[in-house]
Amino acid sequence: MTAQTTYEAVIGIECHVELKTRSKMFCGCANEFGGEPNTKVCPVCLALPGALPVANKEAIEHMVLAGLAFGATIPEFSKFDRKNYFYPDMPKNYQISQYDMPLTLGGKVRYWTEDGTLKECRLTRIHLEEDTGKSIHAGGGDGRIAGSAYSLIDFNRAGVPLMECVSEPELRSAQEAVGYLEALKRTFVQLGISDVKMEEGSLRCDANVSIRPAGSHELGTKTEIKNMNSFRSVLRAIESEIERQVEILESGGRIVQETRGWDETQGVTHSMRSKEEAHDYRYFPDPDLVPLEIDRRLLDRLKASITELPPERFERYHRRYGLEAKQATQLIDNLPLAQYFDAVAEAGCAPQLVSNFVLGDLSRLANETGTAVASSAVTPAHLAELIGLVESQTINSKIAKELVERMWQGHGSPKAIVEREGLAQTSDAAAIERFVDEVLAQNEKAVADYRAGKTNILGFLTGQVMKASRGRANPSVVNELLKKRLS
Amino acid sequence: MNDLTRLSGSEIAREVGSKRVSACEIVEATLGRIDAVDDRLGCYLTRLHESARAVAQRVDQRIAAGESLPLAGVPLAIKDNMCLTGTRTTAGSKILEHWIAPYTATAVQRVIDAGAIPVGKANLDEFAMGSSCENSALGVTRNPYDPKRVPGGSSGGSAAAVGANLAAIGLGSDTGGSIREPAAFCNVVGFKPTYGRVSRYGLIAFASSLDQIGPLARTVADTALVYDVMAGHDPYDSTSIDRPVEKTAKALRADLKGVRIGIVQEFVTEKLGAEIDALYKRAYSELEGLGAELVPVSLPSADFGVATYYLIAPAECSSNLARFDGVRYGLRVDGADVGEMYEKTRAAGFGPEVKRRILIGTYALSSGYYDAYYVKAQKARTKFAQDFARAFERCDLIAAPSASSPAFEFNAKSDPYSMYMMDYYTIPMSLAGLPALSIPCGYAGSPALPMGLQLAAPLFEEAKLLGAAHAYEQATQYATKVPVAV
Amino acid sequence: MIDIKYVAKLARLALSDEEIELYGKQLGDLLAHVNELAKLDTQDVPATAQVVESRNVERPDEITPCLDRETALSQAPQREGAFFRVPRIIAEP
Ligand SMILES: [Mg+2]
Ligand SMILES: [Zn+2]
Repeated sequence: MTAQTTYEAVIGIECHVELKTRSKMFCGCANEFGGEPNTKVCPVCLALPGALPVANKEAIEHMVLAGLAFGATIPEFSKFDRKNYFYPDMPKNYQISQYDMPLTLGGKVRYWTEDGTLKECRLTRIHLEEDTGKSIHAGGGDGRIAGSAYSLIDFNRAGVPLMECVSEPELRSAQEAVGYLEALKRTFVQLGISDVKMEEGSLRCDANVSIRPAGSHELGTKTEIKNMNSFRSVLRAIESEIERQVEILESGGRIVQETRGWDETQGVTHSMRSKEEAHDYRYFPDPDLVPLEIDRRLLDRLKASITELPPERFERYHRRYGLEAKQATQLIDNLPLAQYFDAVAEAGCAPQLVSNFVLGDLSRLANETGTAVASSAVTPAHLAELIGLVESQTINSKIAKELVERMWQGHGSPKAIVEREGLAQTSDAAAIERFVDEVLAQNEKAVADYRAGKTNILGFLTGQVMKASRGRANPSVVNELLKKRLS
Repeated sequence: MNDLTRLSGSEIAREVGSKRVSACEIVEATLGRIDAVDDRLGCYLTRLHESARAVAQRVDQRIAAGESLPLAGVPLAIKDNMCLTGTRTTAGSKILEHWIAPYTATAVQRVIDAGAIPVGKANLDEFAMGSSCENSALGVTRNPYDPKRVPGGSSGGSAAAVGANLAAIGLGSDTGGSIREPAAFCNVVGFKPTYGRVSRYGLIAFASSLDQIGPLARTVADTALVYDVMAGHDPYDSTSIDRPVEKTAKALRADLKGVRIGIVQEFVTEKLGAEIDALYKRAYSELEGLGAELVPVSLPSADFGVATYYLIAPAECSSNLARFDGVRYGLRVDGADVGEMYEKTRAAGFGPEVKRRILIGTYALSSGYYDAYYVKAQKARTKFAQDFARAFERCDLIAAPSASSPAFEFNAKSDPYSMYMMDYYTIPMSLAGLPALSIPCGYAGSPALPMGLQLAAPLFEEAKLLGAAHAYEQATQYATKVPVAV
Repeated sequence: MIDIKYVAKLARLALSDEEIELYGKQLGDLLAHVNELAKLDTQDVPATAQVVESRNVERPDEITPCLDRETALSQAPQREGAFFRVPRIIAEP
């Protein structure tokens, strides 16, 4: 029996993301999710005879923003083309898309995996197109096309601006694929160009998967996986497809190039009936629309509007501040929280301490009270003040915990509270001596044991003194005094 | 006033504007003549008696309220590939036979706002594909000068209606000659503006990069009046040009002094027979007589026009007509599955010429042929633009025939290509997007059949073009020399 | 020679054998004429998609009124409630 070869997966992701705009791509109908069927339609998006498209300026700027965020090339000229094929939820029976002159070319998506390693995957292109309507497959077939008797169509989504992002086949595992998708999502959300809600279908993706012996350079036969409607299903679908392909090759079989659908419930991909006639989309420049010219001024304005992007933030938090990948990611995925964190860290506090407070006590209180940290009574300045008190050992962590609660309830500046209630740690020997005497008086046996050589009992006595001081005595001072008195 | 239907649009607007005649009286006269003769002529697919009367009343009210309307009370024929809210809009096709437009085309709206009164939706070759109206699936239109003959096409219904006084003005659409050729056949003025001058919003598309709406009228003055009202950018049509429009009605002139008119050397009229050759030579010398300087110019690509056109137009139409699928509106023929429904619906809904063009266009775009056909045609198109640019360095306008013959008899052109050749003289201007018109220039054959002289100008030079046409019209007055037979 | 059946399939046109025969011949003839274009020298001639140069004609991102649903659905060959209804769909695009 031969030793099993180890395989490497080669994965490319193609995803469609609905852009966030007020109106549709080529008409003034509202671009909103949901609503009564066929209430957001007009002559243009219903493809009535004689209607003509006019491009939405905002959608084009969203595309350029996305391109800039990934360091893509924004060609000076771009145009719209028609992709011709018949499908009942596509009113014109052609899709206005971009063929050979997309709005953005190349660029790379930087993403990170759970262990915090930063990776990148090059983009082939991002182009602008229009979404189709939605079909409901009725009469048997439990909502699926297969076995349905007829279909019902709602054109509310027809004509919604859609960007298609195509990656190079540079992802090597299901985890990397998900990392890549999360990076896309974070970027689009931060740029405000899409909500990226997979459950609402505003992000849909297909994966091209093939495997090859580790180290080999030619590509194996690929399959295209569809119907993955959550990041989790992307992970499971790709993993199961890689497994399936490995099994086939191991048992001496051949991979068939085909489209496979992910079955969420059974957790497997199944071959999808391929279309009877070959694709021949007959792309040609849409004569109803004029070419696009992206001028410098627009580029500069949009560039200037882009703030620190997720991968850069991650590097700062993880590499520079030394936060764990998990913490850094938690902050980045909650932008207001990350900004709150930055405000406190910039006040000169140790990032790790800040992150502990922000993701620890503050986030807990936020969950309990339903008030976001950023809009709570605890201002970044106050938190910085509190952390300052801890760092200067004015208070210890136990007191700090209590203080956070009080600040959340609106008691204001921690310094003020500490002074008002004398919570500050004390090193005043005279004061501490009184507690020491008390404790020694009450613990004669322990004292005797210590003198008899059980020096490790010192810790117990120290604890007693701290307790007596309601935690305010400086532990090291306590320690010295005890030793002095016991020797 | 004896016969109100003989009045030109300008005369009607003046009379109605000065309240000497009411829009209602004008419309009644026209509706009366439609009832009297249109069963024989078949200009209209849909008559709009009721709405016309209502609109006329509103026009009279607006006049009474002191508004001044450039087209007050002018009866209008609308080619039935233009949407008019609440009216049947068929494109001359079975697939849209019962479709009611829920919106109005921009150009139509502008003309109505100016006081014009739609009296009917005029017949056309199905989806504007043809040169005789014989391709209409919904009716036969006859030439008012000889009912045995075609009115030309595709805007044959509008041309015949205006020629036979069933409307003072008409709207047509021109893709390769569809306004100019029927205008010539029906002895009226037909004008295709620069591509993009008039909005296409609401015009059922045939070939988007060539389609252009334009007026048909009995005088150049009326033509200018209608054009001035329609022209100008429309935010609903990305290809409508956003630049100022010169009022052509103010540019009409009486002579052609200082105008250089190019005669295209490749357009050898001898090929058209002695009579027609003589007719055009006379037309050219009439231009000269008005003070124009005739200069020979060359369009080296001329002979490739028809081939270029019959790749580009069908390619665009194959995609434009994909929306007629039996899903949202129009005809549906059922099938076991959606694909079968599409195929049966389109097979039953489209006529032979439309099918031919969809097939050739689909072929020209299909993988493996795209570069050899579609791209090649687009490059050829550039050559036409270059040819004209060079020609216009030497002249201000170009004069040429509007068609290679007068109106022919029904079923005279059995093979498609001989029909396509009817547009040999008009296609080059269409490919270059130029403004061009046809104006009556005499009669040929017996019975005497109208012929048209085509004048073309550089892009956006509509004022120069209409100005010169007016001078020719005033000097010759051919349109009025022979009355219509019907 | 044109593969009429393939082209008709792309164009979603059902054709009878007679039509395949007829159109095959007619389109063949037309192509013979069209092929004359090969004689036109278009070396380093750019393709023209639109004769009148124009750029960036766009609309502001504003909502305009839609058709009311009844109007939108009123001319549907077949509807079911608020939906357009079509026969069985065999496969996704
Ligand atoms: Mg796509
Ligand atoms: Zn719409």
